[in-house]
Amino acid sequence: MSPYRETKQGMTRIVKTIAKFVMPPVVLFGIYMMLHGHLTPGGGFPGGVIIASAFVLLVLSFGREVTFQKLRVSTASILESVGALIFLSLAVLGMVIGGWFFINFLPKGYPLKIISAGFIPFANIGIGLKVTGGIFAVFLTLVMFRIVAKR
Amino acid sequence: MWEIYALAFLMIVGSLVAVHTRYLLSAVISLAVVGLALCVAFLYLQAPDCAITQIVVEVIALIILIRATGVERDLLEIRGKKEVFAITATFIFIIVFAAFAFAALTYLPKFGYPVMKVAQEYVKKGLEQTGSANLVTAVLLDFRAYDTLGEATVLFTAIMGAIVVLREVGRKEK
Repeated sequence: MSPYRETKQGMTRIVKTIAKFVMPPVVLFGIYMMLHGHLTPGGGFPGGVIIASAFVLLVLSFGREVTFQKLRVSTASILESVGALIFLSLAVLGMVIGGWFFINFLPKGYPLKIISAGFIPFANIGIGLKVTGGIFAVFLTLVMFRIVAKR
Repeated sequence: MWEIYALAFLMIVGSLVAVHTRYLLSAVISLAVVGLALCVAFLYLQAPDCAITQIVVEVIALIILIRATGVERDLLEIRGKKEVFAITATFIFIIVFAAFAFAALTYLPKFGYPVMKVAQEYVKKGLEQTGSANLVTAVLLDFRAYDTLGEATVLFTAIMGAIVVLREVGRKEK
């Protein structure tokens, strides 16, 4: 059964249909912005916020239960921790390999290629994961707290 | 240089008092001493922007924390030796902090000079030193990666605090 099945929760059918079509391009654009952070404007923070906003759109239009089949709060907080660990381990690896905290220890490569700029793409991925998980987790926490308090 | 050591000593003493004191309000005030000393230390390290941020965040956090301790009464009238001592100590600390801050402000470079010294280096050597075509990312994740780590830590801590405070699991039923 499709996760986008008809549920009582959420908004009207118009909003659900539009959200269904809009969400994959938004996630793709967020991933693009995360991976091309060292080439074009953007980076880990905005890319992560864009991906998280796609899931926020899903929560607003479909409700919590449908969204939890895609991304749970626990998964989101694990994502956040993994992103933070990636960023921190890059810094410590720089200290181990290069001698300084946060030294760019990977080869630089040619400019304007996607594999260039040393460890900056990996740091962007780490920050992007962290921001995705963090924003989504804090949004869901706030939403669920309001539901609990209403009872 | 001795001023920074004195401020660091004050910060350590303030932290120890904040941990070991019996009263919640005293702990909050000790934390405020730590924050103000850190602010003056930033001034001595020639980082006035950090000092401004620090004092704004410190004052707002202090107000919120003092309200959170549940203190209702204020010091309205002078009754005995206790209040006189408190007011005297307050004025002495204000004068000491003002003197330290004034001495620190004289260390700073002149206003508007030198112009964009660091930024010129970034613009000239950013591409060849980092290989990143996007100069903003080069500054953010290579030259100033330590700042970014601090920002990420702040975000992580804020989200963790929100999740802990607003959690559903483990909350006692009333």
